Amino acid sequence: MSVHIKYRIGKSRVFQVIIALLAFACVVPLMFILFYILKAGITKINWHFLTNLPKPVGETGGGIANALLGTVLLVLTASVIAIPVGILCGIYLSENRKSRLAYWSRLCIDILQGVPSIVIGIVAYFWLVKPLGVFSALSGSVALAIMMLPTIVSSTEETLKLLPDTLREAAFALGMPFHRVILKVIIPCGFSGILSGVMLSVARVSGETAPLLFTAFGNPYLSTNILKPMQSLPLLIFNYATSPYNDWHDLAWGASCILLIWVLLLNIFTKLVTRKWKVQL
Amino acid sequence: MDTSLNNDLITRPDSMLGRVISSAKLRDAVKGIKRIKRSHRQIRTENVFKKTLVIVALSTVVLVLGIMVTLAWQSTLSIKASGLSYLWGKVWDPVQDIFGAYPFILGTLLTSFTALIISIPFSFAVGIFLGEYFPNGLASNFLKNTVELIAAVPSVIYGFWGLAVLVPIVRSFETSIGVAPVGLGIFTSSLILAIMIIPYAASLTRSMIQMVPSNLKEAAYSLGATRWEVIRSVILPYTKSGLFAGILLSLGRALGETMAVTMVIGNTSLIPKNIFSPGNTMASIIANEFTEADHPVYLSALIELGLVLFLVTVVINMLGRRIIKQFTQE
Amino acid sequence: MESTIVKSVDYNAYFGDNHVVKNVNIEIPRNNVIAVMGPSGCGKTTFLRGINRMHELIPGATSKGKIQLNNDDVFDMHPIFVRLKIGMVFQRPNPFPNLSIYDNVIAGYKLNGIKLPKAEKDKIVEHSLTRVALWNEVKDSLTKKGSFLSGGQQQRLCIARAVAMEPEVLLFDEPTSALDPISTSTVEELFHELKKNYTLIIVTHNMQQAARVSDKTAFFYMGELVEYDNTKQMFTNPTDIRTQNYITGRFS
Repeated sequence: MSVHIKYRIGKSRVFQVIIALLAFACVVPLMFILFYILKAGITKINWHFLTNLPKPVGETGGGIANALLGTVLLVLTASVIAIPVGILCGIYLSENRKSRLAYWSRLCIDILQGVPSIVIGIVAYFWLVKPLGVFSALSGSVALAIMMLPTIVSSTEETLKLLPDTLREAAFALGMPFHRVILKVIIPCGFSGILSGVMLSVARVSGETAPLLFTAFGNPYLSTNILKPMQSLPLLIFNYATSPYNDWHDLAWGASCILLIWVLLLNIFTKLVTRKWKVQL
Repeated sequence: MDTSLNNDLITRPDSMLGRVISSAKLRDAVKGIKRIKRSHRQIRTENVFKKTLVIVALSTVVLVLGIMVTLAWQSTLSIKASGLSYLWGKVWDPVQDIFGAYPFILGTLLTSFTALIISIPFSFAVGIFLGEYFPNGLASNFLKNTVELIAAVPSVIYGFWGLAVLVPIVRSFETSIGVAPVGLGIFTSSLILAIMIIPYAASLTRSMIQMVPSNLKEAAYSLGATRWEVIRSVILPYTKSGLFAGILLSLGRALGETMAVTMVIGNTSLIPKNIFSPGNTMASIIANEFTEADHPVYLSALIELGLVLFLVTVVINMLGRRIIKQFTQE
Repeated sequence: MESTIVKSVDYNAYFGDNHVVKNVNIEIPRNNVIAVMGPSGCGKTTFLRGINRMHELIPGATSKGKIQLNNDDVFDMHPIFVRLKIGMVFQRPNPFPNLSIYDNVIAGYKLNGIKLPKAEKDKIVEHSLTRVALWNEVKDSLTKKGSFLSGGQQQRLCIARAVAMEPEVLLFDEPTSALDPISTSTVEELFHELKKNYTLIIVTHNMQQAARVSDKTAFFYMGELVEYDNTKQMFTNPTDIRTQNYITGRFS
């Protein structure tokens, strides 16, 4: 009897250890990747690297200024499109929980969440590249904006849903019109949640490559015209990493390092900032 | 707004303005009129705002319909040319205009399911660890945040790392077991994918496990069950459907993943012979050949792949979400 | 001679198909405290929320009939005007958590985008807080967030917020049900002060409270206005058997 109990307890312990080992094994590859990228990339980063254009094959040196600027412009344009649309849609969904349009809109947001990024690239190609006849940063930004939407919409909706109804009632009872109730009371109280959705979506699309392959396309030169092809960090990493030249690999490592740091910082920042700005209800 | 109210407000501005502010009647009257004008503006803005919300919500529906229509429309050429045999045609030869998607469908399924098999034990372990054994504490927080970061790393970086680090390792492994030492191939892609999809099933498993009612667990403990027995015979059966949904969401992610796979899969349109062969997935062939597609049927055939990919991932994701919704409502 | 400020004519309210307020006719005299009481689910809160058109904010809620404010039908006005003239205080204190105490008091101006000179704002804040007997307690912490106050203080802050808009009527929806006895008596004392300047309509399911604070009492039962009379009359000599039963506690 007691032997049997001891066996069961021992078995339970063994499984606990196995689970813990398996769980923490997940940390290993990530740490390995972070460490490797930082080690390979950090030595490449210097002022020259950040402010110069890539050199042609065979010449050493060169930088990634075009990709840095391009990424900033692409993500900025995408944000300008996606943030207002996403927040407004989230507001609609939380304010009209049961309407038929809300049902369909929610369904479509769910669908968008799962669409592979390459498919969004195809669609952006047919909507903007083909009609305009040229690869453009704008088409890339539209693709990225579509990818940002679901995160922003659902984080806005979830945040606003959690705010108590008494808050809205208090505002309405003061004779405030609907838009002021939303913009001056509801949004400020849910600000941290909405902000975290926005920042996470920015982090996500900062590293997106697939939807840019046949939209923004890439550009070896510095460009600020959003109607022309534009380079971006992930595109540069992809193109240079798959090239056979060591100099280009070096550029790609440096670019990876910068992209990684930027994305990780955004993620960590989101956690810190949203915790600090949370409105106490 | 009816005029009687306006008159009312103009003749008796104190009714709107309040007695505290009013000191001179004239000033009040002027203020009152201003206030009315302002309020009318507010009402107009309110209506515009409400309409804007409806338009925006409507636009998300239009957007998704637009995506579907665009994909379907642009694939018609290929659908007409190849018909249903497109799906099991074994040859992909753009030069001769023969388009069979079977190699890529097989490649996608092989990479995704291999990745799933590798990653599921790890994601479930993370879920059980965080959901049941140690929901709080320093180590758990560290684990939780780190696993979330796995999802944050851009896929192109996974691909680059895979090229530089994983490919040589797999190559030497291949040499040791006696297959052609390419390094690139389905197995390498699966390894990278397995890492990338861990967080999806892990976070879902964790939240599902935390939803198990504690009285169920306590009932089992009170009968003398050990921790492991509670997990195996109470928690896991209770969360069964949730775990399945987690697998589905991971699978949806794996099917659509493009960049990391494209960089390490070896890019060949031949049917993979075994798990170490190079190949292509639906996503990676699109990424590789889309800008090279020089004639309409070729391009259309690639888009049809995108359409298939879209439909499959949508179905899998919707199924996963439906299951989660059902689970959380119970 | 008391003049009527709020009057309802055949007012009906519905939630979908559910008829919750039935044919209510009532005249409310200016500068009085009116208690609206009845068992839970009798429609008293719905009626109250109908007066300043808060009822219609709930999806599926509709209403029929007239509610007049100074002889103007509120359904002919835009709800914004109605709510500026008829303030409301809720069951649970609901100060805006993102605003300071000071900003909470002038929230009606600030959030409506009405610009006032600083001196005038200060005057309104001090005046309103004094009226709700909160000024002395919070005058040194006006910049703190409203949610740091105690429940009773928060509720008085919410009254001050409504008072600051200088409405004509103040609606109270069970204003003390979430408060402790001491805070309750502070708020009840306020009613006597406030009625000098405003007309107060208070929903309560607490009979003693109705008897203590009101001039007139309306008794609702199953969505109908059963009896409406001077409070003293109602509690000593009710005419309707249902009122009598309720007051003597024969049904719950």
